[in-house]
Amino acid sequence: MVNGILDYLWLVPALPLLGVVLNGAIALFAERPLLLREAGLPLPGGHGHDSSHGPSHPASDAHPGAHSGSHHGTPMYRKLVAFIAPAVVGAAFVVALLCVLSLASRPADGRTFVQILFPWIQAGSLLVPAALQLDPLSSVMALVVTGVGFLIHVYSVGYMSHERAFARYFVYLNLFMFAMLTLVLANNYLLMFVGWEGVGLCSYLLIGFWYEKQSASDAGKKAFVANRIGDFGVLVAMFLVFWTFGSLSYTEVFARVPLLRESGVLTTGLATAITLLLFLGATGKSAQIPLYVWLPDAMEGPTPVSALIHAATMVTAGVYMVARSSALFLLAPDTMMVVAVIGAFTAIFSATIGICQTDIKRVLAYSTVSQLGYMFLACGVGAFTAAIFHLMTHAFFKALLFLGSGSVIHALSGEQDMRKMGGLKKYVPVTYVTMFAATLAIAGIPGFSGFFSKDEILWQAFSSSHGSPVLWGIGALAAGITAFYMFRLVFLTFFGESRMDPEVEKHAHESPWTMTVPLTILAILSVAGGWIGIPAILGGGNLFEHWLAPVFHPAAAGAHGAPAAAHHPAALEMGLMALSVAVALCGIGLAYFLYRVRTGKPAEIAEQWPTLYDVVYHKYYVDEFYEWAVIRCVVNFSTRLWQMFDVLFIDGIVNGAAGLVRAAGDRARRLQGGVVGGYAFSLLAGAVLLVGYILYRSVVQ
Amino acid sequence: MIAPSAYLLLSAILFGIGVVGVVARKNILIILMSVELMLNGVNVAFVAAGSYLGDPAGGVFAFMVMTVAAAEAAVGLALLIALYRLKETVDITELKVLKW
Amino acid sequence: METVLFVLFGAIAVCGAIMVVTRKSPMASALYLILTLFAVAALFVLRQAHFLAAVQVIVYAGAVVVLFVFVIMLINVPEDRLPVERATTTRVLGVIAAGILILESAVLARRYWMPKGPAAEVGTVEAVGRALFTDYLLAFEITSVLLLAAVIGAIALAKRKI
Repeated sequence: MVNGILDYLWLVPALPLLGVVLNGAIALFAERPLLLREAGLPLPGGHGHDSSHGPSHPASDAHPGAHSGSHHGTPMYRKLVAFIAPAVVGAAFVVALLCVLSLASRPADGRTFVQILFPWIQAGSLLVPAALQLDPLSSVMALVVTGVGFLIHVYSVGYMSHERAFARYFVYLNLFMFAMLTLVLANNYLLMFVGWEGVGLCSYLLIGFWYEKQSASDAGKKAFVANRIGDFGVLVAMFLVFWTFGSLSYTEVFARVPLLRESGVLTTGLATAITLLLFLGATGKSAQIPLYVWLPDAMEGPTPVSALIHAATMVTAGVYMVARSSALFLLAPDTMMVVAVIGAFTAIFSATIGICQTDIKRVLAYSTVSQLGYMFLACGVGAFTAAIFHLMTHAFFKALLFLGSGSVIHALSGEQDMRKMGGLKKYVPVTYVTMFAATLAIAGIPGFSGFFSKDEILWQAFSSSHGSPVLWGIGALAAGITAFYMFRLVFLTFFGESRMDPEVEKHAHESPWTMTVPLTILAILSVAGGWIGIPAILGGGNLFEHWLAPVFHPAAAGAHGAPAAAHHPAALEMGLMALSVAVALCGIGLAYFLYRVRTGKPAEIAEQWPTLYDVVYHKYYVDEFYEWAVIRCVVNFSTRLWQMFDVLFIDGIVNGAAGLVRAAGDRARRLQGGVVGGYAFSLLAGAVLLVGYILYRSVVQ
Repeated sequence: MIAPSAYLLLSAILFGIGVVGVVARKNILIILMSVELMLNGVNVAFVAAGSYLGDPAGGVFAFMVMTVAAAEAAVGLALLIALYRLKETVDITELKVLKW
Repeated sequence: METVLFVLFGAIAVCGAIMVVTRKSPMASALYLILTLFAVAALFVLRQAHFLAAVQVIVYAGAVVVLFVFVIMLINVPEDRLPVERATTTRVLGVIAAGILILESAVLARRYWMPKGPAAEVGTVEAVGRALFTDYLLAFEITSVLLLAAVIGAIALAKRKI
């Protein structure tokens, strides 16, 4: 079979890597000396500090380095970077699109394309090639990542235009794209894990981009550590997979599942272990309970980073991995239940936190955690297609929400507190319209993309053989709360009287085209992106499900996870759909009531129930609990270990050796007394010993 | 007949006494004389061994030793004179400038 | 006969040596040294090394010791200013060590076998001369250089003014 464009699949991750190299060279050789010189620090070559990228102003997200030197025209290198970085991602998107189209032209059961790049690891029986796989699932992911990624790159050009460390930012962003694409296009668990770790690294680098600010660098560390805990789970799971299946490639592992199931090697217990460990990794990367705590702090990073990494792509890696391993998950009903329960609980838990947050980005962060909970809920009830569908629509509207909030923050010269906003819709009309569209999508208003995907999940939660009405109930309630706090956000920000600082209000302005065009495109997608998944009962052909069927259904055939829509009446589905829309409308209505009609009521409620408000406002004190229960113990243990082992033992040896030498030298110097008689005596003693030795040797014979 | 080892024993005794002189005396002159004594002990051994083993090397070496001893005595005494002029002493324990 | 002579001269040598080492006045030590050297020369004769005995007397007893005596008289330390000998730890240990050395050597000496027999003609004029001018010619020549160096050194060191 002639592969055509598919032979160039490797370009998809390679192009961003090229961007890394080019932008990296620019950052290192053009930007860095400039920044060092401006900071008055010595350039390397003289061994001054190694303060690598100069002081970028950390004051807040949107107002970096106001008095930068870019007033006298943009330097050449910035224009170069501003072109290269989005261009490579755009090119990757084009290649990916062409590859997917080529894939689509194949018959439905032949849509798995594997391209082996080079034989990477050959160690005994462990054979892991560096190979890419394009099938329906990875094609969806690749398109979402490159498409949304491209829009965010373009947006970043406008957003970060005042930033000093412009080139460094894009190096990291391109690096992230490379890692994420490796993750989704990998053909085996190990290469995926390389990408997995890579995105974790880039997340750390980008969250802590303004590293001079203590809170930013702390947030970066927190993200990395939380991720790492999950990574442990993924690693052990990979060991088990290899031990059981003898391979780490998706095609080989999943092909061997039925065989090993029959032969009894792949017990339910083993499958449960593997999948639970994989899910642990997913909770770290995709911010579920218990490892979600890093995501709100990650808002310290630049807003486009939040949009790309913490809304559209990296956090979805966990969902992708679970979906990819659906064949294994379906063999372990206990794990599925755990996944569903945690997903549902996370969804509602973080939704409640979102009610009280005052920072616009924090609200969106908790919203992300909540929506990710929905995706895991879907996976947990066997509706993997629905999970990926929601992943896609969520990428559209959440990225839009974040970029929009970035536009707001940019307009307000750095203000992020919603209590200091209000009435913005006349200042930033484009931003307002697009964000409103996204809010309608996330609230699940019919017709918008979020409605179709969220509804599919709720229906599956109710009707699937793994699901239950309770799960549906939790999901619906969370949907209502979501609608509530999202509209709260919109009302507080765009409507009403202005609570802005007058100075800030004077400078409020709409964003440049580099920012508004991506917003518009994403808005269109938020509206129309769901139309490829319109379910059958509403008259659509559910193209999305058909596209993904080859990936999920062969696995489902061996277990009982097939969407059990067959034996539920259509009326029930319509009824539940109507019910969930009603709940959403209630949420919107409540938000309207509290924030447009009786705007004093929220404060009253807060005063009436101060303890409740306090607990919710402080995110249920989870961070403090972790600090007390886990972190303190680890730190104390480490300190004790350090004192006992490192200081006492190792330093003891090293210092002891030095002390020994000094003491010996102190004794030894007295040998040289200057008195010749002493020297003569030493000679004599030596001679005596020597002769004695010779004597001994001759006697012993 | 004399056992050859008797000569070696005598040589050892002479040598040992010379060593005692070097180690235990403070007067430089005595020390130098003890060195001569040691060399003589060695000469006895050389000659005895050479004569018993029939090797002319024994005699030659003894000859060389005597030559060297003479040269060394000369230089040593010259040094002693120079030293005496400087320090007005022949006590070896007075010479301890070169110490730690 | 030979045994008697050996024991006699050996005893004289040892006694003289002990006296050399233990006298307070250097002059006395020098004189006892001469005695020892003569005894050693006699021992040489006993092993048919006539030439060497002669050289011993001429060079050692005749020149070296004379030099010693010259220097003793030149330095001329009055008796009350001779260094006082005390028995320090080092000294005592040194004596003991020397004793051990002698004992070790003695034991070793007994183990190294040499054939008994009449003395080969090793120390005679012919023997030494032949060896010196054939096999050991290089050593002979170098010795002359050594002596030259010693002469120059002695003069240079002992001069009052350079």
